[in-house]
Amino acid sequence: MSTVEQKIEFERHVKQNMKKAYFSALGILRDHDLAMEASQSAFVKAYKSFGTFDKTKNFFTWYYKILRNNCLNIIRDNKKLVHEDSNNYLEYTFEENDLNQNIENREIYELTKKEISNLETTDREVLILREFEGYSYEEISEMMQIPIGTVMSKIYYARKKIAKRIGAYLK
Amino acid sequence: MNERFLILMEKNFENILTDEEKVEFENLLATNNKLKSEFEDQKRVKEVLSKMKLSNPQKEVWDGYWMGLYNKIERGIAWIAVSIGLIILLAAASYEIVDKFISDTGTPGYIKFGTAALVFGIFVLFISVLREKLFTYSKDKYKEIKR
Repeated sequence: MSTVEQKIEFERHVKQNMKKAYFSALGILRDHDLAMEASQSAFVKAYKSFGTFDKTKNFFTWYYKILRNNCLNIIRDNKKLVHEDSNNYLEYTFEENDLNQNIENREIYELTKKEISNLETTDREVLILREFEGYSYEEISEMMQIPIGTVMSKIYYARKKIAKRIGAYLK
Repeated sequence: MNERFLILMEKNFENILTDEEKVEFENLLATNNKLKSEFEDQKRVKEVLSKMKLSNPQKEVWDGYWMGLYNKIERGIAWIAVSIGLIILLAAASYEIVDKFISDTGTPGYIKFGTAALVFGIFVLFISVLREKLFTYSKDKYKEIKR
């Protein structure tokens, strides 16, 4: 494959996967600018080793490993810059017809946002990949290189922590 | 927590239970109130999560995404080419200078030794300062803050 063809193919992969890449990084890093930087620099690294990519495999699964390492390095190097309480990367929507219900809902979602942000990085990553991004257990297992049972268990315990936090509203 | 129940519950959420597993899961729910309550809690949290999403950046971000990335790739390649070129040229020039300096019979030995020591010292100092700067920069957590 010529350099031009390779560039065209890579561009196609980027355009198909840039949103998924950005949102995956956002779930891990909880910061828009860092997520943008991480997803782009992971694409640069992916381009450099694009020649070694097995075209029969899924591009995003291959790319995700690079992205994940990038994000974990950013967290390691920028612990003070990634604020522990930053949770404006999450949004919620609900019907606004009942005022009392509305206040209660707001409380539930704010507590849930806080609890998601307080989860361990890998627990939050798994939860977001499954519940927000809609990946199957099998896909997550492949992307994160952990057994499916571990994926299920991490999601379950993450939800359990949230349930504990918003428990009073769930009954 | 019953590990088997956990797996069945997650499979139930993903709608991938086999007929036998479905019966097993329903039996567990029917006979164990603690597991039933656990399932209800997890279902409610899933409902809450289903109304949440990761917030979108502005639309323009996506329009410029590939171009920004392409510039980075292009500049990366350009820097590699410039660096390789510089290294080759500097190495050739250094070789020529040293070769001429050594073969010059008119220069006394102590001058040659002094010049070699000076060049070596400057080279080591340069590497040392460069390494310190690069190391400090990569580890500086506050480099984004304007002083």
